[in-house]
Amino acid sequence: MATEILMPALSPTMEEGTLAKWLVKEGDTVSSGDILAEIETDKATMEFEAVDDGVIGRLLIEAGTEGVKVNTPIAVLVAEGEDVPAEGATAETAPAPAALNGEEGKIATPASAAPAPAAPKADTSPDWPEGTAMKTQTVREALRDAMAEEMRSTDAVFVMGEEVAEYQGAYKITQGLLDEFGARRVIDTPITEHGFAGIGVGAAFGGLRPIVEFMTFNFAMQAIDQILNSAAKTLYMSGGQMGCPIVFRGPNGAAARVGAQHSQCYAAWYSQIPGLKVAMPYSAADAKGLLKTAIRDPNPVIFLENEILYGRSFDVPDLDDYTVPFGKAKIWREGTDLTIVSFGIGMTYALDAAERLAKDGISAEVLDLRTLRPMDTDAILASVMKTNRLITVEEGYPQGSVGNYITSVVMEQAFDYLDAPVINLAGKDVPMPYAANLEKLALVTTDEVVEAARKVTYR
Amino acid sequence: MATRKSSANSNVSAEELLGYYRDMLLIRRFEEKAGQLYGMGLIGGFCHLYIGQEAVVVGLEATAKEGDKRITSYRDHGHMLACGMDPKGVMAELTGREGGYSRGKGGSMHMFSKEKHFYGGHGIVGAQVPLGAGLAFSDKYKGNDNVTFTYFGDGAANQGQVYETYNMAMLWDLPVIFVIENNKYAMGTSVQRATKSPSLWERGAAYGIAGEEVDGMDVLAVKAAGEKAVAHCRAGKGPYILEVMTYRYRGHSMSDPAKYRTRDEVQKMRTERDAIEHVRELLLQGKHASEDDLKEIDKEIKGVVNAAAEFSKESPEPALEELWTDIYA
Repeated sequence: MATEILMPALSPTMEEGTLAKWLVKEGDTVSSGDILAEIETDKATMEFEAVDDGVIGRLLIEAGTEGVKVNTPIAVLVAEGEDVPAEGATAETAPAPAALNGEEGKIATPASAAPAPAAPKADTSPDWPEGTAMKTQTVREALRDAMAEEMRSTDAVFVMGEEVAEYQGAYKITQGLLDEFGARRVIDTPITEHGFAGIGVGAAFGGLRPIVEFMTFNFAMQAIDQILNSAAKTLYMSGGQMGCPIVFRGPNGAAARVGAQHSQCYAAWYSQIPGLKVAMPYSAADAKGLLKTAIRDPNPVIFLENEILYGRSFDVPDLDDYTVPFGKAKIWREGTDLTIVSFGIGMTYALDAAERLAKDGISAEVLDLRTLRPMDTDAILASVMKTNRLITVEEGYPQGSVGNYITSVVMEQAFDYLDAPVINLAGKDVPMPYAANLEKLALVTTDEVVEAARKVTYR
Repeated sequence: MATRKSSANSNVSAEELLGYYRDMLLIRRFEEKAGQLYGMGLIGGFCHLYIGQEAVVVGLEATAKEGDKRITSYRDHGHMLACGMDPKGVMAELTGREGGYSRGKGGSMHMFSKEKHFYGGHGIVGAQVPLGAGLAFSDKYKGNDNVTFTYFGDGAANQGQVYETYNMAMLWDLPVIFVIENNKYAMGTSVQRATKSPSLWERGAAYGIAGEEVDGMDVLAVKAAGEKAVAHCRAGKGPYILEVMTYRYRGHSMSDPAKYRTRDEVQKMRTERDAIEHVRELLLQGKHASEDDLKEIDKEIKGVVNAAAEFSKESPEPALEELWTDIYA
């Protein structure tokens, strides 16, 4: 079977070159590794080797030809004794060898780029058995119980951070843990985020399961190198040998009147990083179930809490042990006219808005993502394919937001289902101001969610 | 067989001395080969050679027991060979092949071996220091007497996280040995141009950490200091600092023309202070080995290094599916 030899790309950026010289002629027998030609690029003259064995049936490009495009057939290779096909007849194309350093054209296409016309199947199974008895708990209590339960079952789990032990937690999330587990496992650190985050990651490499509390995630910026470069990447860089089972947790996002340096949402930041998992619960039940999952997870988990939600009460299953899986969104409210996707404290605006919209006859479906990485895009797509309209709600900055990513997923996989442009609601594109009136203006509001819902439903 | 003492004022047998010679020579020949393969385009990116500093890791590894851990920066090939990692797997990682320790996904600066308790290979200057203290934390938490050797350079010694780590390591009595490999240059910046501190190890005093300066071109001096540091840590007395004065003969990385120091300076070190030559002389003068014995070792090492180079060329590139594996456990 005759094979076409194609003009190779000899560097990642080469598009065309000069076929300077043939070192073989028609009828020559060649084997893999023989030099066939010299090819000039704008940077250098390179030798071009044969990949397959055979006989040169025909040279298609004359020596000295300039501007030969990459992947143009330049010769035909036939098997020993085989006829040379007539000019213009189709021969099997041998792929040009990749650029020497193999940087282009060799990357498998990620699955997400493929169109998915069929409606994805969202997992809507209940998180705990129907009829489970419930109790009322604050998010704060739920988080503490999650840690205490996991510490009771596994000695390798410990908590470290500023004021987590004797002070009982700057926000009282670790209240009572020192009394029950002692100073070996509930460890006050000096104010030294970069250092203790690194020590936590090293302890995880060494086989422990640290829970590292940041007094707020604003302070974790001091430690972000250890989180990204050491915790998130080591499994990959070690070819799977060395994992990092660690939880970084603490309040994230705007609190109240604490100004620009203490009011920032890191959801979009961390959810960009392969190797990290990112959870951001809204309710107490999810806070508990997700934190237990996070502590058991063999990977580094960023667990984003919210100071304003700490004191809110919710129904929590009255069970000895339950977990909430990562990558499974929760439908808080079913609806038919539009989908509102949110997470964390954004859910309060989403749910309030849905309530108000219902009074005006607009039926909103409200999805709580719960984890941003992995993200339950199937649930988003299934809902959008039903309602045909989508708005996203978060408190972080608008540029490069979580909503922007969701929008791109919906554009790629459910474009034909959209009856209106997607609207991303986010915090305003400003550092957080201190003044009460300006601070209110900087955050996303229920009014804005309602207004966006009317826009996408044209009502 | 009676153990003969080496001629140095040290409690080291001839067999041990021959072992250090072999280990240091392996590192040097391996690094020379890595330099060659880099020139041939088989190794890409950054490649930081350890030539000149061999006595540091070899001397300290001589004090380690099973279970002890080690972690270092991006100049890590020597550390891996010294703790017993397979030269083939290290070289194949340098060439980015499937047979490499990280299956080609880590490269020169990012290699690990759970089996040999080697925790990397870290590319961010100074980041391995808190990580090393964290490894020591895990051993203390588990209640064993393992220690962690945490290596970093004179450049990293100016990173803030080093001092955050000193503070907590001493506060919590962590069994960590901070090994400052002072090779006099942080890339192109000499120690004198980076700090007015007269010495780096003395900075530990601010946190109450004991330490000392060590001659890093003398493997026996390194070993003796290492034994002291290890005993201190195993006894539960907390961290210890060794500032090991050493020298790298090559540039910071393969792309460094090393214009910041004179050729004479390098040459003087090589001829007067070379760590391998030093042990060679001890072996010959003490009549622990003949020229022929040493030639035999040279030949054996050359064989090991050539086999590693061959393996690193023959091992295939990782399968394309590898792009998507090992992101999550």
